[in-house]
Amino acid sequence: MKNRSLVSITDYSKDEILEILHLATEFEASPNQKILAGKIIATLFFEPSTRTRLSFETAVNRLRGRIIGFSDAMTSSSVKGETLHDTIRMVANYADAIVMRHPLEGSARYASEISPVPIINAGDGANQHPSQTLLDLYSILKTQGTLENLKICLVGDLKYGRTVHSLIMAMSHFNPCFRFIAPDELKMPDEYKLFCKKNKIPFEETTELAGNFDDADILYITRVQKERFLDMLEFERVKNTYTLKNNMLRNSKPNLKILHPLPRVNEIHPDVDNNPKAYYFQQAQNGMYVRQAIVTKVLGIK
Amino acid sequence: MKKLQVAALKEGTVIDHIPPKKLFKVITLLKLQNCDNMITFGTNLESKRMGRKAIIKVSEKFFEDSEINRITLIAPNAKINIIKNFEVVEKRPLKLPDEVKEIVTCPNPACITNHQPVTTHFIVQEERDVVLLKCHYCEKEAKLEEVKIK
Repeated sequence: MKNRSLVSITDYSKDEILEILHLATEFEASPNQKILAGKIIATLFFEPSTRTRLSFETAVNRLRGRIIGFSDAMTSSSVKGETLHDTIRMVANYADAIVMRHPLEGSARYASEISPVPIINAGDGANQHPSQTLLDLYSILKTQGTLENLKICLVGDLKYGRTVHSLIMAMSHFNPCFRFIAPDELKMPDEYKLFCKKNKIPFEETTELAGNFDDADILYITRVQKERFLDMLEFERVKNTYTLKNNMLRNSKPNLKILHPLPRVNEIHPDVDNNPKAYYFQQAQNGMYVRQAIVTKVLGIK
Repeated sequence: MKKLQVAALKEGTVIDHIPPKKLFKVITLLKLQNCDNMITFGTNLESKRMGRKAIIKVSEKFFEDSEINRITLIAPNAKINIIKNFEVVEKRPLKLPDEVKEIVTCPNPACITNHQPVTTHFIVQEERDVVLLKCHYCEKEAKLEEVKIK
């Protein structure tokens, strides 16, 4: 896998996914090492994403690598009209790997084709964000002890939410069972339901959250965004029925964990935060270990 | 003997049964405007099967499969005849190409190929008689009818 870019979660086989998760476990046990000493990693953020950038940069810093780059396209030469092609070729002269976030879909695939050094996709528009998917898998594995045969409820914006789509793709290796819980406006697209059918993955669909996850091992909640709704009255209704409150967890399984890619707005009431089943903040922390695994893997160090 | 509406070809390729409205697209897809060979074409010719049809005859040119199969995107029922010494020596069946580069525009406005000088690239899939083009870059799928052919 040396010198190979990570653009989409489907670039990795089941074994490669498991290898990353195994490496992340090792980094969690000892996150401060010197194995990236002498390496330079570029973080090119053509659109701001503080959370993802800090996670990658902390991951590299803790392994003694050095960081170059920019956190906003306004401070890069793309504002002068430089093509992505030229920016990537230029930065590849300096860095051993490039972590890139870009608002245009497909930009990471294109960058991986023209770059002599590996590209790690940190989000290309609404398309792919594989390090998020891998940290979701790591969080599931860590809390459940396995990825196999789990019941996963996906809640919220299942239409536009790229994290849930990638999670379905990645979990398809592990014999899961899904329940899609979304308002009609934000239902799971046919494309992914067809994917489940083809891969013999059982799934159910419902529009109600309350009482529909008592059999679940994982409750994966995503943000319902106001701008997705034409009818504001409908948004107000949906916003309230899709808020998870602590008392709704009364009959849930003891091993249930609640995940959320963050930032959260209204989907999870703050009274859930102290419930041991709430896992979204640890989930974000797991991201750093997973990103340490990804960076060392694409560089062929691990 | 039936009089030919477009003069016979000694050696080369005949592309027959093109819908008249697609003639100029076929010419563009095969880049015939840059071809130095002798080319004759006719359009709005009588056809028993289609009512009206167009035909292209390219002298001394034999297309690669990857070139000729492009036209299935716009004229799937066209017929390709290979001519040697005034005889049809081969009827070449048209096949959907596995991928198409350059000639199709991605319908996703947020796709990198619509903003930067990137050659478009699609994977072609056929599912239950529906032809789907999946963009190699933004990974969005579109039906053939929904895409714009350059």
